[in-house]
Amino acid sequence: MAETANVVVLMPGETLQLPNSEASLTPAQELVLGPGLRRDDGGTVVATKAGVLRRRDPNVYWIDSHQKRYVPVRGEMVIGIVAAKSVDLFKVDIGSSEHASLSYLAFEGATKRNRPNLQVGDLVFTRLLVANKDMEPEVVCVDSAGRANGLGQLSGDGFLIHTSLEFCRRLLTPGCPLIASLSAVCPCEITVGMNGRVWLRAKALWPAAVAAALLERSNCIETEQMKSQLQNLTDCLANF
Amino acid sequence: MASSSRRKMRLSNNLLKMKFMQRYLTEEAKQDLEQREKRIISDEHWYLDLPELAKNEALCVENVSFSTCEQLLFGRMSFHGFNPEVEQLCKRLNASQETTSEEEDDDNEKDISDAEMARRYQSVVETIGKKFQNKRQRSRHPDDDDGEEEEDDGAGGESRNKSRLGATKKKFLRPTD
Repeated sequence: MAETANVVVLMPGETLQLPNSEASLTPAQELVLGPGLRRDDGGTVVATKAGVLRRRDPNVYWIDSHQKRYVPVRGEMVIGIVAAKSVDLFKVDIGSSEHASLSYLAFEGATKRNRPNLQVGDLVFTRLLVANKDMEPEVVCVDSAGRANGLGQLSGDGFLIHTSLEFCRRLLTPGCPLIASLSAVCPCEITVGMNGRVWLRAKALWPAAVAAALLERSNCIETEQMKSQLQNLTDCLANF
Repeated sequence: MASSSRRKMRLSNNLLKMKFMQRYLTEEAKQDLEQREKRIISDEHWYLDLPELAKNEALCVENVSFSTCEQLLFGRMSFHGFNPEVEQLCKRLNASQETTSEEEDDDNEKDISDAEMARRYQSVVETIGKKFQNKRQRSRHPDDDDGEEEEDDGAGGESRNKSRLGATKKKFLRPTD
């Protein structure tokens, strides 16, 4: 366990000593182990990924790392590409090791007669319903009440950008400077999937292209550096 | 001989349980019936004959998504009214996330503000109020309502009310030559 200036770096297999033991926990402050951490049979917490340990109150721990391969987690929203159509299923590529299945009926207002009109290559914003390490993942485009609520086909001319998972998470943190400056540039629409895909759409080609380039460039930049670069860019665009 | 005949004369339990028999039952008989029913229920009630397990609640959740760990926003965003549907949805979902984390300012949840609600009901007060008036009150002119509540309970009040109604009625005026 390497520790420099309150940053704990963990390697796979390293055990983690939590400040308060599990016996002392009350139901209100249960221990939440996020991605990258696992509890073995003895109850000790072991890291399964190399990365930086993060913590949030009361007792949430996870490992933040750079990663491009998506591992499905139930409940996450991802952007999928329709890869194949069969009798009652779509096969959707969500960036995981296996294609996810998407039922024809898992769309808002879909019935056996009224099928969604999706072609191979179309983009869908979906939520993971089944994400089990031993099973094929299953995605849906409706919530439990049968409403779309923003899920479904991403229609219109847009750009799809493949980035890292970590960058997508950074885009989705509240108050992200990149999103704020993009929103200042022009009217546009951004959809961020947890699987490292970002879909962009704007009225004209150039703002979308600029935004796409911006996103790809800022992939490996720290949030603080990002702010100054963005300022330059927005100044340039204002003169454009 | 006599006792056996008395035993025969007793009404059956099923008959005593019937609804129309309930009020003819004495207190003693009622209690007797209740006890019998309780015994039947407790006999039929089953339970698992297992040794008590030590409560070992797991206070640990694993395999949690990044979005719950980091409290990330909803994935779709729209700016400057590019996609109004998404913009509204995004605002709603992200606002609800903020309120659940902070538990404050529930005014956002209301579709109609208190002031607007009051303004709307002001015009309806009279119409709804009519529903709770009787016929006599309804026939009275709404302007006469103030300060004449005591009229309603006496016969004299009624006659006065009638005369006033008569006075307002238009009469045939005999032409004077």
